[in-house]
Amino acid sequence: MTRTATVTTRTRSSTIAGMVAILLVLVGLILPAFASRSLIQDLFFILTMLTLAQLWNLIAGYGGMVSVGQQAFVGIGAYAMFAGVILWGWDPVPAILLGGVAAFLLAIPMAFFAFRLQGAYFAIGTWVIAEVTRLLVAQWKTLGGGTGTSLPREATSDIMGVATIARLFDLRDAAARDVLAYWLALALAVGTMAAIYALLRSRTGLALAAVRDNDNAARSVGVDARRVKWIVFLAASTMTGLVGALIYMQTARISPDAAFSVTTWTAYVIFIAVIGGIGRLEGPILGVLVFWGLQTAFADYGSWYLLALGILAIATMLFAPRGLWGLIADRTGIALFPVQRRLVTTDINKP
Amino acid sequence: MIWLDVIVQGILLGGLYALFATGLSLVFGIMRLVNLAHGDMIVLAAFIILLIVGSTGVNPFVAALLAAPLMFAAGWALQYLVLNRVLGKDILPPLLVTFGLSVALQNGMLEAFSADSQRISAGSLESASIDLGPVTVGTLPLLTFASAVAVIFILNRIFYTTALGRAFRATSDDPVTASLMGLNPKSVFAIATGLAMVIVTIAALYLGMRSNFDPSIGPARLLYAFQAVIIGGLGSLWGTLIGGAIIGVAQTVGAQINPEWQILAGHVAFLIVLLVRPRGLFPRAVD
Repeated sequence: MTRTATVTTRTRSSTIAGMVAILLVLVGLILPAFASRSLIQDLFFILTMLTLAQLWNLIAGYGGMVSVGQQAFVGIGAYAMFAGVILWGWDPVPAILLGGVAAFLLAIPMAFFAFRLQGAYFAIGTWVIAEVTRLLVAQWKTLGGGTGTSLPREATSDIMGVATIARLFDLRDAAARDVLAYWLALALAVGTMAAIYALLRSRTGLALAAVRDNDNAARSVGVDARRVKWIVFLAASTMTGLVGALIYMQTARISPDAAFSVTTWTAYVIFIAVIGGIGRLEGPILGVLVFWGLQTAFADYGSWYLLALGILAIATMLFAPRGLWGLIADRTGIALFPVQRRLVTTDINKP
Repeated sequence: MIWLDVIVQGILLGGLYALFATGLSLVFGIMRLVNLAHGDMIVLAAFIILLIVGSTGVNPFVAALLAAPLMFAAGWALQYLVLNRVLGKDILPPLLVTFGLSVALQNGMLEAFSADSQRISAGSLESASIDLGPVTVGTLPLLTFASAVAVIFILNRIFYTTALGRAFRATSDDPVTASLMGLNPKSVFAIATGLAMVIVTIAALYLGMRSNFDPSIGPARLLYAFQAVIIGGLGSLWGTLIGGAIIGVAQTVGAQINPEWQILAGHVAFLIVLLVRPRGLFPRAVD
């Protein structure tokens, strides 16, 4: 009897999840035709936070590089977009790409310095560099210095595509801008998750997991640990910069303290990943929904809410270190986006 | 002579940063744990001292003496009940727990003490100064620096001449073997964190008397402490003092050139040291 063996990551639930995901994306695309403006804004928030959480999850959860300096990329991306619009008269949408470029350029020195620090000190090292970036940007007087600035009216009033959207859905310009931002956020979220999933299923993804689990052992089997870390860190930083630029295109108002806020762009993002489940793609999806629910219900309580969020994150690490999705997966064995490789043998003599 | 004065002020300021850093260094040295809530703990201790001074009217130094056992207990409990559960090979859980704690502490203090700036009144000590020939230095900064030297000296004595210090070193090197010799690593860790919180109380006393503080300033203190530790080299307490002095001098020199550059100059000094000597100036530990 002859048997062939193939390695696969596919499971039955992943096939279903894949179809549901495609369906959801399609629904998401046509949603602006009938959804209210506030729903579109909520979804914009959810999608951008989800993308940030997935990116943090990639470098920390899969790569073992626990960064507390993600706000550096959000901030520099947003400021680069503003610079493109205000200083060089770009349209805000292509100017978002400048955000990605700026984040990439910042990620190179950040990685260069932070990779010199081991383990936990890496975390604070990234934080220091984010602070340095914030202080430097606050010196940039043409973009408002420490108090910040707004996108000029003439730039926001004729963003490419907004007029078409306004006509298509019969909306006012402000609402049409939200729709445009929402579509871009959807594209970034789907693109990021698809890219991360593809990466994790590739050789590089395997190498990344090996480096996280044991640096030396990974190197002993020929994995170039430094190279893998650099690639993932630069890619995630660039994407974070794009998200930052998109968020501030929608906000249209920026200040160094808000754009480089460690609470908003790193603490919230980490909570989303921790509560949902670190080191798996499903985690941040569940996490962002929980976070959005808590935010909607309790954000009025201000610092009490943040206090509770901090305690919730501690409790999650203590009692369910793999997050809510970890609990679900342990009970049911479901993996919507499986990356575990399994050996499947088939009997080729069978008819 | 202005620059000599600036540099002396910077070195004395470095004493305060060394006090911030010593607790962080102690905890990291023994259990490889970086407490991201360290800065917020300093602010918490400052508020406790302020409360004791406000309610009993005692001298701030006496208040710190009363606050120290409270902070020791808080540190001991935090380590024993929470952090010990997440310590392990994976650095992610303890980092995230202390990050959560940092956010919780900041907001808890915001609710309890409001966002108003506070200061621990030190009476005549605030304006007292000593004439040292070419420069005149404030008594309080000098006292801060002397306390940093004393704390580091005593800590080194504890480490290398007492049974407790031996327990610290043994547990740090190999917790499993240490527990075979009759030590309980969990309570050794708890005592270490408690001790770090006593040092945090001393740092808080000088922080609160020197400048205004509010619930949001913790993270910046954490960054200064961390920079002092890295510049000095992991595992070297005297190195931490020099690291603190370097950050202090960079800040005062930066502020002298342009007041907006004070904090930035400290960060840049740190990055330069990291560039030239990635393992710090006086590295001892190999990790």
